[in-house]
Amino acid sequence: MNTKSLSLHVPEPTTRPGDAPDFSYIDIPNAGSVRRPDIHCDPQAMRDLAFDLIRVMDDEGNAVGSWNIELSNEVLIKGLHDMLKTRIFDERMLMAQRQGKTSIYVQCRGEEAIACAQRAVLEKGDMCFPTYRQQGLLIAQDFPIEAMICQIYSNAKDKLGGRSLPFFYSEKEFGFFSISGNLGTQFMQAVGWAMASAIKGDTRIASGWIGDGATAESDFHAALVFASVYKPPVVMNVVNNQWAISSFQGIAGGSANNFACRGHGYNVPALRVDGNDYLAVYAASQWAVERARSNLGPTLIEWVTYRAAAHSTSDDPTKYRPENDAESWPLGDPIERLKTHLIAKGAWDDARHNAMIDQLKTEVKAAAKEAEKHGTLGKGPVPGAAEMFNHIYKELPPHLRKQRQEAGV
Amino acid sequence: MNTKQQDKDLASGKHIPRKNMLEAIRDALDIKLGDDENVVIFGEDAGYFGGVFRATEGLQKKYGKSRVFDTPISELGIIGAAVGMAAYGLRPVPEIQFADYILPAFDQIASEAARLRYRSAGEFTAPITIRAPTGGGIFGGQTHSQSPEALFTHVAGLKTVIPSNPYDAKGLLIAAIEDDDPVIFLEPKRLYNGPFDGHHNRPVTPWSAHETSKVPEGHYTVPLGKAAVTRTGQEVTILSYGTMVHVAKAAAEETGIDAEIIDLRTLLPLDDETIATSVRKTGRCVVVHEATKTSGFGGELIAIVQELCLNYLEAPIERVTGWDTPYPHAQEWDYFPGPDRVGAALKKVMEA
Ligand SMILES: Cc1ncc(C[n+]2csc(CCOP(=O)(O)OP(=O)(O)O)c2C)c(N)n1
Ligand SMILES: [Mg+2]
Repeated sequence: MNTKSLSLHVPEPTTRPGDAPDFSYIDIPNAGSVRRPDIHCDPQAMRDLAFDLIRVMDDEGNAVGSWNIELSNEVLIKGLHDMLKTRIFDERMLMAQRQGKTSIYVQCRGEEAIACAQRAVLEKGDMCFPTYRQQGLLIAQDFPIEAMICQIYSNAKDKLGGRSLPFFYSEKEFGFFSISGNLGTQFMQAVGWAMASAIKGDTRIASGWIGDGATAESDFHAALVFASVYKPPVVMNVVNNQWAISSFQGIAGGSANNFACRGHGYNVPALRVDGNDYLAVYAASQWAVERARSNLGPTLIEWVTYRAAAHSTSDDPTKYRPENDAESWPLGDPIERLKTHLIAKGAWDDARHNAMIDQLKTEVKAAAKEAEKHGTLGKGPVPGAAEMFNHIYKELPPHLRKQRQEAGV
Repeated sequence: MNTKQQDKDLASGKHIPRKNMLEAIRDALDIKLGDDENVVIFGEDAGYFGGVFRATEGLQKKYGKSRVFDTPISELGIIGAAVGMAAYGLRPVPEIQFADYILPAFDQIASEAARLRYRSAGEFTAPITIRAPTGGGIFGGQTHSQSPEALFTHVAGLKTVIPSNPYDAKGLLIAAIEDDDPVIFLEPKRLYNGPFDGHHNRPVTPWSAHETSKVPEGHYTVPLGKAAVTRTGQEVTILSYGTMVHVAKAAAEETGIDAEIIDLRTLLPLDDETIATSVRKTGRCVVVHEATKTSGFGGELIAIVQELCLNYLEAPIERVTGWDTPYPHAQEWDYFPGPDRVGAALKKVMEA
């Protein structure tokens, strides 16, 4: 008979407001220390990679080890450009929200490398199933940011007619599936899209995205089961930015075990990667994309990163984590790190860097000004009330036609 | 509106503190955590942080992490866990962050919590109160604005409660937690910090200016299944609940029509008696809710009114609801059935 009384285990983060930041819970191996298996590797034979951390750039900015695929300066400068543009865009939209031009905004500050570098590896025709924090997937394709801003402002040129929340873009031509507010749903759908591509003997692949917190949803587990059964061509990205609003990743089970190793329960090969290392993100994405294109099936990748900003404009992280947490994040800032690497390579300097920032600020500001001509949330030319009756069905059924009349629109 | 408890407190000369709806809800949770050690509270961000709307703020600190805690982001996990805890003998009060996100838990609610008593002939029960912010008015778009109450009133075994003011919120929540059956407790999020009559362009009024913000200290209940007449009138009965009670009141005042406004408070079990008494008196009825129209709870109300009051009706019953569309972002105020639309329906039933 059990005579010892039981107690409930509720995980706690290492630090709370008022504490000094402490990231000792993350082991950071030296850059270049993790092996790079062949893409044909049996998942069983690469289990160690789910527990390691693939890193390419060392502290001095040198690219080292077998995951260094020697990207050209041109590719890297484009990567730096994309990340900077994403951050400057986020900063501008944050300000616009504060000025009442939209209702809410979500930045991806500190996580720019992940979406930008993976997108650089994907091809036209591939389909991403993003969360709300992968704006880099559009920006890295030089998608016209004015159109993004019009959507954020729910203005007359918002192609979604003001119906959707800001930043819930849908850009099929750019391989960007319509964003849903319901966490996790898209992760399973990415697997379904990839199954369709396999069914049709196509060559295109899917890329699914989910946050550390949302991996708790059943959709994540269903996605892994289907991926393991049908082996469709899909890259399954878990962005572990350590936080899900106020809940640290341990509440999603991240302190019991990491997110990458969940793949092994399903015999899906898994990588765990420094998500703030553009070179590592590029190389690991390329490995997974090549596997998918070679009909070898899915890869689960945990990107280890840090949500450097608030969850959204409605959130105040100083209520649940140390104020200077982000600055102490041991994997640094993805933009600064790539800049250091390019400078170490002799391919970049501060003057060019600052000129790029100035040019991007001008570009983003101009796009925002242009977008504003078409209205901001509830002000100026905005989509009409009739828009709310569009796209519910292919054709408006009689009861809704009546309701639209009743609404007088 | 003075209530019995308020009357008693006033008579005894006791000062009644003012509370907004969030504070009233937090007070109810605090009282139940304090007087029943089987009450546990959990949900996404509901522990340390106290919930994204801060309804559980401070409760983990006061009662400890075994009583108030954060959960993984899995709504089916949250409700499934609640069913298991209830089977053990606890009285869980899980929070779903937005009513829109309750759908992943629907199976655990509709097939499990709702039917546990029936399936086991009362051997196992599910005295669970599921709290979730409901309704629009905060530019929350398609997934932070919906009013899913009709999904729950359609399920045998569930009770569904929607308060419209701080006094009721506290009393109903305590009654829900003490109830031995599962209760869906939907909190109109637009009312958390102040009453809202649908005039979105006017400055927000705080609850402190509203009579119902007098929330007595300590334990009291507002019984489930009892509606409240929040305005007496002779010409027409308005049946409503949640945010729309305030909209209905504005519409009555603005049209000058002497409407009797019934705040249903509990949709299931429904207080037919109060409804029938009023409609038999006024002979006219307008049903108002923010949720979509087709298969909405308003259809049920109209059926009940015609069952109980057909011979008394002098005009067809009118229904004012959200349109049968997803909840749009930019067109929020075109969607929201504000006082103008309610007023037009009032005029229409009066002219019939
Ligand atoms: C089904 C569902 N439940 C809850 C929410 C509310 N919610 C929105 S974002 C969020 C946290 C998500 O965290 P994570 O998956 O780690 O992504 P991150 O925000 O960190 O990018 C929550 C709980 C939701 N949108 N959908
Ligand atoms: Mg996260």
